[in-house]
Amino acid sequence: MSKKSFRQAINEALRQEMRRDPRVILMGEDVAGGRGGTSGVKDAWGGVLGVTKGLLTEFGEDRVLDTPITEASYIGAAAGAAATGLRPVAELMFVDFVGCCLDQIMNQAAKFRYMFGGKARTPLVIRAMYGAGFNAAAQHSQALYPLFTHIPGLKVVVPSSPYEAKGLLIEAIRDDDPVIFLENKVMYDDEEEVPDDPYTIPFGEANLTREGDDVTIVAFGRMVKFANEAADRLEKDGISCTVIDPRTTSPLDTGTILDCVTDTGRLVIVDESSPRCNLATDVAALVAEEAFDALKAPIRRVCPPHTPVPFATALESLYVPSTEKIEAAVRSVASYKAKAEA
Amino acid sequence: MQIARDILLRSYRSMRTIREFEERLHVEFATGEIPGFVHLYCGEEASGVGVCAHLTDTDTIASTHRGHGHCIAKGVGVDGMMAEIYGRQTGVCRGKGGSMHIADLSLGMLGANGIVGGGPPLICGAALSHKLLKDGAVAVAFFGDGASNEGSTLESLNLATVWNLPAVFVVEDNGYGEATASSYACAGNQKDRAAGFGMPYFECDGNDFFSVYQTAGEAITHARNGNGPAMVHVHLSRWYGHFEGDAMTYRADGEVAELRADHDCLVNFRKRVTEAGLLEASALDDLDAAVKDEVDAAVAAAKVAPLPVEDDLLKDVYVSY
Repeated sequence: MSKKSFRQAINEALRQEMRRDPRVILMGEDVAGGRGGTSGVKDAWGGVLGVTKGLLTEFGEDRVLDTPITEASYIGAAAGAAATGLRPVAELMFVDFVGCCLDQIMNQAAKFRYMFGGKARTPLVIRAMYGAGFNAAAQHSQALYPLFTHIPGLKVVVPSSPYEAKGLLIEAIRDDDPVIFLENKVMYDDEEEVPDDPYTIPFGEANLTREGDDVTIVAFGRMVKFANEAADRLEKDGISCTVIDPRTTSPLDTGTILDCVTDTGRLVIVDESSPRCNLATDVAALVAEEAFDALKAPIRRVCPPHTPVPFATALESLYVPSTEKIEAAVRSVASYKAKAEA
Repeated sequence: MQIARDILLRSYRSMRTIREFEERLHVEFATGEIPGFVHLYCGEEASGVGVCAHLTDTDTIASTHRGHGHCIAKGVGVDGMMAEIYGRQTGVCRGKGGSMHIADLSLGMLGANGIVGGGPPLICGAALSHKLLKDGAVAVAFFGDGASNEGSTLESLNLATVWNLPAVFVVEDNGYGEATASSYACAGNQKDRAAGFGMPYFECDGNDFFSVYQTAGEAITHARNGNGPAMVHVHLSRWYGHFEGDAMTYRADGEVAELRADHDCLVNFRKRVTEAGLLEASALDDLDAAVKDEVDAAVAAAKVAPLPVEDDLLKDVYVSY
């Protein structure tokens, strides 16, 4: 057990799995970075934010592959390699770049097993950075996990902390289906105690970071931390919350969400992805359909506005859901009285 | 060039099987019994067979929406293919994929593909697997002149060269990308494009099995020996439309009739092998008859094979559930 950053936890997961299984390879833009450079240093970057540093040194050029800036071909190659005996972990530098390779993910990797009558196995992991908060602006800040969640055949992982990231990434690499593993770029320096040995966290099993009686908060990725902060403040006013971190949006632990909402009767969902058709919407529909009678208040979703991510800090800070906005939403469902009663 | 007798017989049988299979589908599709779309390979047989004659089950191929010919050339069984096209549970993909997604990974057939340009990146991946697993195999992407313009294809030519992959890119140039001629849609030419990537370029006549066999052999040997990728440009023609139902109003009257009359790869093959005394006409006749029986049986079986059931709908989305 030792203190590790989100970045280090991910690096360690990759390193340990690459040691365990020679079929695990990495590929992506500048994952070593940079091949062919005039300094002669082949892993100068180790990933644009240093997540894969040191892996080329340990595993060599056959297993840590810098790619040209050609997402369609190398993401497609990762899919083809996965279907033919390797276990590639391909990096899409920013999830926003998925526009350049969506076919290879959506129409190829995701669908091989089904289209080929169960005879294909595509153990592919695609890692990508997501999230707003770095002034990276509209084309480098999106949270596109709803896009991938929508596609049958993909599994989608959104870790909320260093401990979660290591266990979920090792699970992803060992999983035989195509997995999209999304890392919030703002969290790379966040630290917590993480076991030194390899461990896995199963998909489709939510984590309850705290349990309470009054309101259920479902939050994704970085929003779990904000939800917990809001819950701390609310506790002082006697409002106790359950906070659910689903960990994976596909498969989604619907059982835990429904059980908790049945207990509290009140639900707030915090989702930093763009509001139309996002996970908050998906969970809200699930709960409205399956736990309608348990609800004592309307479901509230805390999401950004329906805009591209703005550049200026003054605007980006309004865009990303905040602890204050979560707190306000919880208070509103906690104090809700139906019009007939009021 | 000396080609062993068994290879000649096998190749003729393979081409004849494709021709019989596709011509039969042309007839059966018109009855309305076959669901969805089919894209027929008649006229192009020598390409798939001439290339795949150099491949084993360990080698990988990826195909296009016009994939029946590549499947047969790679050894996928006709029964399973016909049942798949008829949407039956006994199909090689259990009725889940259909004509455009016919695949058999156990034979290194990575699938027909409904996305133009879908294959080349996958073949870069398969080639990477072969290279890293050191199994001596190659990966071959079949694609058309239409797909040759796709970004995914051009990126794959680059990537295969940069990574020195054992990949062969076979451009089956039939002059049409759907309803639009390649003379309109393709800037430059395939030869200069390959040269632009520093990739060896080979060219052959797709109506002549021997031309394809010789040329593909060189390209495949180049890749198999660790020298990196190669492109094979095959000139050929398709006799039917882009899809069955396409009236080919973009083709001049008589264009297809002339192709059938003067550029039939099966006729060319028969002429050459009999005149050179390599095979007897009777041996070829026997194969023709056997293939006809095989395709007849496949159709008859497909028509009565069980349909998939509701359970099949939900199965095999994931490995784990």
